[in-house]
Amino acid sequence: MKTPDFNAACPIPISQYSHVLMAHGGGGKLMHRLLEDLFGKAFSNPILDARHDSAQFTVPPGRLAMTTDSYVVRPLFFPGGDIGSMAVHGTVNDLAMSGARPLYLSCGFIIEEGLPMETLWRVVCSLRDAANKSCVQIVTGDTKVVDKGKGDGLFINTTGLGVIEHTQKILPQNVQPGDAVIVSGDLGQHGMAIMAVREGLQFESTIASDSAPVHAAVSALLKAGVEIHCLRDLTRGGLASALNEIAEAAGVKIAVEQKSIPVREDVHAACEMLGLDPLHVANEGRFVAFVAAKDSARALAVLHEVEVSARAALIGRVLENSHPLVTLKSALGVNRILDMPSGEQLPRIC
Amino acid sequence: MKFLDEYRDGDLAQKLAAEIHRVTTRAWKIMEVCGGQTHAIVKFGIDELLPKQITLIHGPGCPVCVTPLEVIDQALEIAARPEVIFTSFGDMLRVPGSTTDLLAVKAKGGDVRIVYSPLDAVKLAEENPLREVVFFGVGFETTAPATAMAVYQAAQKQLKNFSLLISHVLVPPAIEALMSSPDCRVQAFLAAGHVCAVMGYEEYLPLAKKYRVPIVVTGFEPLDILHGILMTVQQLESGRAEVENQYVRAVSRAGNQPAQDLVKKVFTVVPRKWRGIGEIPQSGLGLRRGYAAFDAAKKFQLTDHRVAEPAECIAGQILQGLKKPYECPAFGARCTPEHPFGATMVSSEGACAAYYRYRRHDLKEMAGAK
Repeated sequence: MKTPDFNAACPIPISQYSHVLMAHGGGGKLMHRLLEDLFGKAFSNPILDARHDSAQFTVPPGRLAMTTDSYVVRPLFFPGGDIGSMAVHGTVNDLAMSGARPLYLSCGFIIEEGLPMETLWRVVCSLRDAANKSCVQIVTGDTKVVDKGKGDGLFINTTGLGVIEHTQKILPQNVQPGDAVIVSGDLGQHGMAIMAVREGLQFESTIASDSAPVHAAVSALLKAGVEIHCLRDLTRGGLASALNEIAEAAGVKIAVEQKSIPVREDVHAACEMLGLDPLHVANEGRFVAFVAAKDSARALAVLHEVEVSARAALIGRVLENSHPLVTLKSALGVNRILDMPSGEQLPRIC
Repeated sequence: MKFLDEYRDGDLAQKLAAEIHRVTTRAWKIMEVCGGQTHAIVKFGIDELLPKQITLIHGPGCPVCVTPLEVIDQALEIAARPEVIFTSFGDMLRVPGSTTDLLAVKAKGGDVRIVYSPLDAVKLAEENPLREVVFFGVGFETTAPATAMAVYQAAQKQLKNFSLLISHVLVPPAIEALMSSPDCRVQAFLAAGHVCAVMGYEEYLPLAKKYRVPIVVTGFEPLDILHGILMTVQQLESGRAEVENQYVRAVSRAGNQPAQDLVKKVFTVVPRKWRGIGEIPQSGLGLRRGYAAFDAAKKFQLTDHRVAEPAECIAGQILQGLKKPYECPAFGARCTPEHPFGATMVSSEGACAAYYRYRRHDLKEMAGAK
């Protein structure tokens, strides 16, 4: 069988295996070939190439940061990214939220029987490129194949290890009254990009995901000596969830202003059409930073110099130690609660 | 943003609010009928810009809220059947019936899908000839034409596997029911702009005359609502009771004639129960005899069982403007959007849910001051 559109660089002979079979996870020759020729070639580095049951490496001096995340996005490919690039960005960004420099990733693939080999190769290539761009090495991994119908094409888990080379205390409990609240860019692109492809919605322009590694922005803040109190990756639940979680953890009141929060026109319009709030919608390349009031202008200037945070904006302040609460000043100048979304985001009737 | 931020301008809002303050000399109670307006009022804090003498009463215009419990139970019963693809607008999925909700039915294996247009459901029926596709038709006059079009197309295509679970309701009979209630405190109405975009506003003329109430057709953006309130107060203060149109950029006197014709062709006016209020005569839409084959309740031979609402819930009084959400002892404590007792807490457009989402901090302060 020929698949003419297939990228010729795929090392698995497509003429024999156009789709992943149960045997590719069965421990025999097919699995060996999949690991060697596909994953091994794509991710090749001295640590992985040792082909041992566990990766061995030395780490630079400093405290270590570790995080894990599983990626189950549908569809696998969307404007601005795919499950492979997301699996790197999401984990690298979680490390960056400690101010850590990401070093190593593990990578677990759970593949549904019948997944086109071409699809797997595209994801693997994208994952490799994202890792290279983020300066992390994939040093260990795992592959399982599950029966058709028992998975949604492909699930990926990545665990990340990074080194903390600064002496700041970056954690939610360190948020203090007076802190400036800064978002690293405009909100809602990722969530609306996914919703548009998933639901077959056609807007005038294509909204692309904001999926990107953000550690360069964090590293720039640290290098400039900005006093960072907390960083939080804005993923599911959006800005609203992140702010509420931090208010809860730190026992503070946070006040933000609607008109300072950057949201692109097309994202805003799409949200309005569906009755969604951009502050509740998911992001994949955005974070919120709580920095000492004295450093807020410098933090913004530094962030504006880095590509991923070029649209960073000061959106509010931490007010006082109190019952945890997040308020939003509306366009009309009236304060109201900014709540966590309740469950799944569902489009409204009218 | 184009055609959106223009209607949310803070300075213009302050100017309109100042004008409302200037013309208001007495206490007035104004009902915004539509849940979308309630949502915008609470979200943007429009009520806080108004003079203390003006009370906004949040009306029954949230289609999700007023869909009766027994209809939701019917939806759950149909959606659980293995041969059925059950399609619905997104926000109906979370609405609890007497025991469960559509999201839970989906989790247990029911094929429940969100659609953005009833026509998507017709397409699904064509693509899945061996499955029964059911669309949950809820909403006011705004969504009725799209539902009518779905049924009409299904009939044209002679689809045997498409049907409609219908709970469409109409605004003017609800206004009539509210005004004829001896408890009624409403002195004027903001009519729902989207409903009037379809229906026009001629049917409100006899209501304004009969009950001597000003009715102002109003849009949904903050400046629209403030402008609508200003026009209403001007009428009240000068003793007029007319139908006026604030939302001229979308609404004409006669409305959208082709849409109305289609609705009339497919549907007939029937009595309908409103959750929290009870049965209102001539207040709903049902399928005409010629389209009876598309009636899901008949197709699946559902029985019309009556279900009791939780006794503690005061949704009925809230929908009629007799009480505010925070006057309910269960509000925010036992009754939340995650565990709603009744109609007004289930949808983001319901008055209780809107207060819960945006105003809990004020309410706590109020409770603390007691």
